[in-house]
Amino acid sequence: MSTFVLLTITGLGLGAMYFLVASGLSLIYGLMGVLNFAHGAFLTVGAYATWFTESKLGGISSVGLRFAVASIIGLAAGALFAAVVELVLIRPLYLRHIEQVLVTVGLSLATIALVQGIWGSDARIYETPAWFHGTTDLAGTHIPNDRWLDIGAAVLVLAGLKVFLRSTRYGLIIRAGVENRAMVTALGIDVRRAFTLVFAIGGVAAALAGILSGVYFTSVDPARGTSLLIFAFIVVVIGGLGSLTGSAVASVVVGLSQQYVNYYSTGLGDLSVVLLLALVLLVRPATLAGRTA
Amino acid sequence: MTRRSLRFATPIAALVLLAFVPTFGFGLGSLLPGPLSSPGTLQLFAVCLIFAGVALSYDLLFGFTGLLSFGHALYFAAGAYVSDIAVTRWHWSFAAACLVTAAVGLVLPLVVGAISLRTSGIAFAMVTLAFAQAGAILVQKNPRSWTGGDEGLGYDYTRVPAAFVGVFNTRNLYWLALGYAACVVAIVAWAVRSSPGRVWQAIRENERRIEVLGLRTRSYKLLAFVLGSFLATGGGVVYMLTVNGADPSVTTPDFTLTLLVMVVLGGTGTLWGPVIGGALYWYANQRLIAVGGSHAIQSLPGVLRTPLSQPLFVLGTLFILAVFFLPGGLVGLGTRGRAGRAARGSTGPSVEEGA
Repeated sequence: MSTFVLLTITGLGLGAMYFLVASGLSLIYGLMGVLNFAHGAFLTVGAYATWFTESKLGGISSVGLRFAVASIIGLAAGALFAAVVELVLIRPLYLRHIEQVLVTVGLSLATIALVQGIWGSDARIYETPAWFHGTTDLAGTHIPNDRWLDIGAAVLVLAGLKVFLRSTRYGLIIRAGVENRAMVTALGIDVRRAFTLVFAIGGVAAALAGILSGVYFTSVDPARGTSLLIFAFIVVVIGGLGSLTGSAVASVVVGLSQQYVNYYSTGLGDLSVVLLLALVLLVRPATLAGRTA
Repeated sequence: MTRRSLRFATPIAALVLLAFVPTFGFGLGSLLPGPLSSPGTLQLFAVCLIFAGVALSYDLLFGFTGLLSFGHALYFAAGAYVSDIAVTRWHWSFAAACLVTAAVGLVLPLVVGAISLRTSGIAFAMVTLAFAQAGAILVQKNPRSWTGGDEGLGYDYTRVPAAFVGVFNTRNLYWLALGYAACVVAIVAWAVRSSPGRVWQAIRENERRIEVLGLRTRSYKLLAFVLGSFLATGGGVVYMLTVNGADPSVTTPDFTLTLLVMVVLGGTGTLWGPVIGGALYWYANQRLIAVGGSHAIQSLPGVLRTPLSQPLFVLGTLFILAVFFLPGGLVGLGTRGRAGRAARGSTGPSVEEGA
């Protein structure tokens, strides 16, 4: 029982990271029709910016404060990088979806190679507050505290995005744009500003996922972005392209099934996720039509 | 008549010239690791030719049929790993290994394609990526220590035809790779001119219209998927022989992205573009590693040295520039002036939005 609880919480923690990556991917795809391969690069940039800032903040003695400041810088770096990518690389290729995908592919290859060139391919250790390494007792088992952090962050982001989409003007424009972009443009609204915004939001969420993965694995390496991105793709497809709630549900399902199968078989969790995807495709291909739930 | 014979004359002349490369004793300075006939150069050329063929097999899907697959690495890796495991772990004869690899090369894309083609456009890209990732994970997990995990699996040289083993026989491997590339070019050239081939190109242009005409587009797409994947599997076997085994780098999603870069750099939807793109990309990738470690680069200030010593950074940047400024790829550069082909403006087929 206690193992089951631990697996569940860890699965939810992993799912939280998938959701953070998938939410940006899903929003970007829903609004702009762009499959953003560079999303892993956003994650890498955010994670490395945090690590780099932290290593330069030796003057601050409190680890917690240092980590908090570094994280804020990391999130800002993710947002800035994503917004610049949208403005410089994606916007000139407006509506040419294949070219946009190709550019993000090139960008992801180049960014990861550059990070590897500057800081090497070895893992870089994250210095985090002591509380993250501690455990909480729940149902007779010790749960690592950083799992709560992952889950809390994902819930906050989901709630924040929901509120933002429901009750702000830009949220309204984005929702309308996902529904029918041509109509929004015809009504005289500059939907392109929403594109940059959605990229920036995706960049922040991806950077957050990068930082949390740094805490989870206690380090960050250049390949992290790509490996998380693939599971985020699976989450987005299972949850329905462009649907935020779908992504949230799918990331919980993927994270949990990965953990359970990994424990009760010999490390077949990753394969089970792909099998789950195949199953969803066979049973409900209609959910993949790109509709918003 | 003359035009028709010309169409065949240039490729055949190129093929003959390439076939004689192992007899050329001269080198090209620092452009190559050694003289043309040296094993180092021939090995480099052999892998270039393999990637020329594999890139073309990918172009059959992406350029000619409009299927943006991110899982092509799976079939190439299947060719390399299945044949390697059959000879090295199961101690089969090479002929038997080739047979079972061919069977896998047909059945695997048939199953994966039948499932993935239930989706289209971007979702198809993601789903094929997921399947390829499953293959990469399987190789990584090293079940029954068949695949060798991270370290790859060197082949058992006693089970492979003696003509392909050893440094002195590099020229035979070169000819094998040349034969493979020539076969892929011939098969793809024939396939895209055949009746299903015309349907593929029509699907790329406007799939809904083909459906309205009463054709089952899914069967045609599956045919293209299986043919392209099978050709890639063949390339995997030749690759396994050329590099003396299989390594996990060919299973990764990055490898498929590399194929995509080769195709787009060379010229999407053309016969010769991917061939040139594949060969040039691999050549550039290998030589950039050598140049990156050279004195000229190492003596540059750090701001320039770090990016320039990373081949993937250079190639990724070139790729982005090509998408922006070189639609139609390298081949498009040559044909841009000609009338009638000016219409080939975009770099790729259009994928309809999922909505």
